[in-house]
Amino acid sequence: MKLLRDLRAEGKGRDMVALLERIPYARFLGIGVDRKGSELTTILPFADHLVGNVALPALHGGAIGAFLEFTAVIQLLFDSDSERLPRTIDISIDYLRSGRPLETYGRAVVTKHGRRVANVRCEAWQEERHRPIATAHGHFLLTPLDEP
Amino acid sequence: MRLHEAEGGVAVVSVPYDARLVGDPETGVLHGGVITALLDTACGWAVMAAPAAIRSTATLDLRIDYMRPAEPHQDMLVRAECYHRTRSVAFVRAHAWQSADERIVASSVATFMLGANRAVPVEFFQADGAEPSA
Repeated sequence: MKLLRDLRAEGKGRDMVALLERIPYARFLGIGVDRKGSELTTILPFADHLVGNVALPALHGGAIGAFLEFTAVIQLLFDSDSERLPRTIDISIDYLRSGRPLETYGRAVVTKHGRRVANVRCEAWQEERHRPIATAHGHFLLTPLDEP
Repeated sequence: MRLHEAEGGVAVVSVPYDARLVGDPETGVLHGGVITALLDTACGWAVMAAPAAIRSTATLDLRIDYMRPAEPHQDMLVRAECYHRTRSVAFVRAHAWQSADERIVASSVATFMLGANRAVPVEFFQADGAEPSA
């Protein structure tokens, strides 16, 4: 995949900020990422177009779901070189609390990094790390570097 | 997003192809998160369109199975149906397909809490696609 090959060629194979800049939907959502060593935290800044319920206001559940999917994919890409972006096979999202008009943070844990399939669980939180607004788990189809 | 129908517990919603929503810049295919958002919205509207509907709902969970890659430059459509309701919970299933191809791109099930105490009812989109009033 040209996007990933270009990043590796530029020495940015593990630069998740550079990757997100090149994915239109990531730019649309405004997703950022913060890296401390090997710990990645994704960031979803609040924006009016991400609101689902204007009366509360509350973040759109689909935006939260997309943010969690990105969080998982970014962790997988950081963990190992890929030919293509990991493709979601399935994802199951639990909505725990309303997303308030604040920044949202995400973290993913790869519970099983197989050769072709990875199992990932992730969480999104706002003001309190231990009171997540949503969690998700899913399976992702991987394409390791030595396969087309 | 456009609402095409919302009646009898069924909602049909679409999102037109938009380059800003692309996940893979090489293929031009919409990001899976767009499908997630579309499914979540359509399922919520299916609940609100059910007979004796309660209009304040909150998603409990949403599971999506991606069955095939989407094709670029096509609108995405979702049909959602509220197939069961109790006093507190609504159960919905939905599927997504594209305008030029009937094959299902993603299949989904969701549950919603009804009469969510802090959730104020959301106004519908008008059926002609106009924006909702705030």
